[in-house]
Amino acid sequence: MKALFPPGHCRTPFYIRGKRGRILDLVDVEPDPEERAYGRSGLPAVPVWRVVFDQHELWPDYRGPDRDRVVVGIFEPWLEPLEDGG
Amino acid sequence: MRRHHDMGGLPAGPVERSEHEHAPWEKKVDAILRLLVAKKIMTLDELRRGIEELGPGAYDELSYFERWIRSIANILLEKGVVTVRELALAIEAAEARRAAAEACPKTVAAP
Repeated sequence: MKALFPPGHCRTPFYIRGKRGRILDLVDVEPDPEERAYGRSGLPAVPVWRVVFDQHELWPDYRGPDRDRVVVGIFEPWLEPLEDGG
Repeated sequence: MRRHHDMGGLPAGPVERSEHEHAPWEKKVDAILRLLVAKKIMTLDELRRGIEELGPGAYDELSYFERWIRSIANILLEKGVVTVRELALAIEAAEARRAAAEACPKTVAAP
């Protein structure tokens, strides 16, 4: 995930920015909500992906089992490939 | 920087899981929003942006539907759908109706 922290309306929660996740599947292609929030069309529409994160990746002090995960819907402009190609 | 409303994962109290009744005014706020969205006057994304822009004080002090109607009012002002003056007069008229209703409560049938 991109580690971006702009002042405006964001549809990506703070707690996953800059974190590593894995794409599960495509949810839909939708107008960009970060454009629509300011009265613009949000077109062209952007893909929305379901991305899975390990809870241990998100929360350093997480005490649950290693298999615990969270799935978040992500608009594609927030994604970036991992540097190690993983 | 994290914005105030973006509080996922922060420490918080217990989750209230019981169902609760909505007050008539809350249902009205929901209906107003649905109409505005259906008529393409505003979007849910604008509603969310307006709620986020209320700022930390109002965000914490207002209830869920109070945040909605504050955001709706601000977005409609921005878009020129209503003017500050129209809103002021409508609020004044609503307060007068409420005062009148409280001064003259509905009669209830004797048991």
